Amino acid sequence: MTGSQSMRTPTRRVRGLGAARSGTSQFWHQRVTSVAGIPLTIGLLLIITALLGRSHAAVVQILGSPIVAIIMLLFIINTAYHMWIGMQEIILDYVHEEKWKLLSLMANTFFVFAVSLASVYAILKLSFGV
Amino acid sequence: MAELEAGTTTGMQRPRPLSPHLQIYTPMLTMMMSIVHRVTGAALYFGMLLLAWWLIAAAAGPNAYANVEWFMGSLIGQLVLFGYTWALLHHMLGGIRHLIWDTIHGFEPAERELLTFATLIGSIALTLILWVVGYLVMGGPR
Repeated sequence: MTGSQSMRTPTRRVRGLGAARSGTSQFWHQRVTSVAGIPLTIGLLLIITALLGRSHAAVVQILGSPIVAIIMLLFIINTAYHMWIGMQEIILDYVHEEKWKLLSLMANTFFVFAVSLASVYAILKLSFGV
Repeated sequence: MAELEAGTTTGMQRPRPLSPHLQIYTPMLTMMMSIVHRVTGAALYFGMLLLAWWLIAAAAGPNAYANVEWFMGSLIGQLVLFGYTWALLHHMLGGIRHLIWDTIHGFEPAERELLTFATLIGSIALTLILWVVGYLVMGGPR
């Protein structure tokens, strides 16, 4: 139980929750996604380098092949979460007015979902050729 | 003084005490690279739009893909991609530096300077190598 009936002191209730009201779990998730991001970024750069100068047909075929598509999907999903936490951290550092803070946190979520889902959709379309 | 006066008038809106900010510190390499890490992170955030555009165009068809190829091949496109490459590599190397620091290693004065300098030199070197490889070996973007 929270609220006025609670036996917990206010300090106990807020301790560790931070400006995003979600505690230190995101600190850890940012580390997990950064570790995963190292091989995935190298993979992305290799894939892009291998696709330079190739025709559209060749790019479609390579991007839609299982290994490449899986690496791309992992990169996109991992990066989406990493950049969502990162931008939230930036917003919480610089946007202090409650209204603008909530609006920019919301915009962050919308942007990340839109960009990453569009990218995932494109990869799936290339993979399954729908 | 200001704090006391504000406190007597409106108890709830008393300004909070402020700690010294950036302007009082002498710029140092570790500090500059910390800022650059955040700036590159924010740039890469919006850079994901480019990746999404490229992937959607590839999925949409040859005409849409030709537009992306035209933009990426233009002078502005090449500059954006070059900056994107460097930002990505620098953020990755900076991230590795932060992961090392997370293990409580590399905090001695010489170590932290070396690590920070290495991320800067490393990101520039890797970017140049990648672009030379891109242009010479693969034929480069059209």
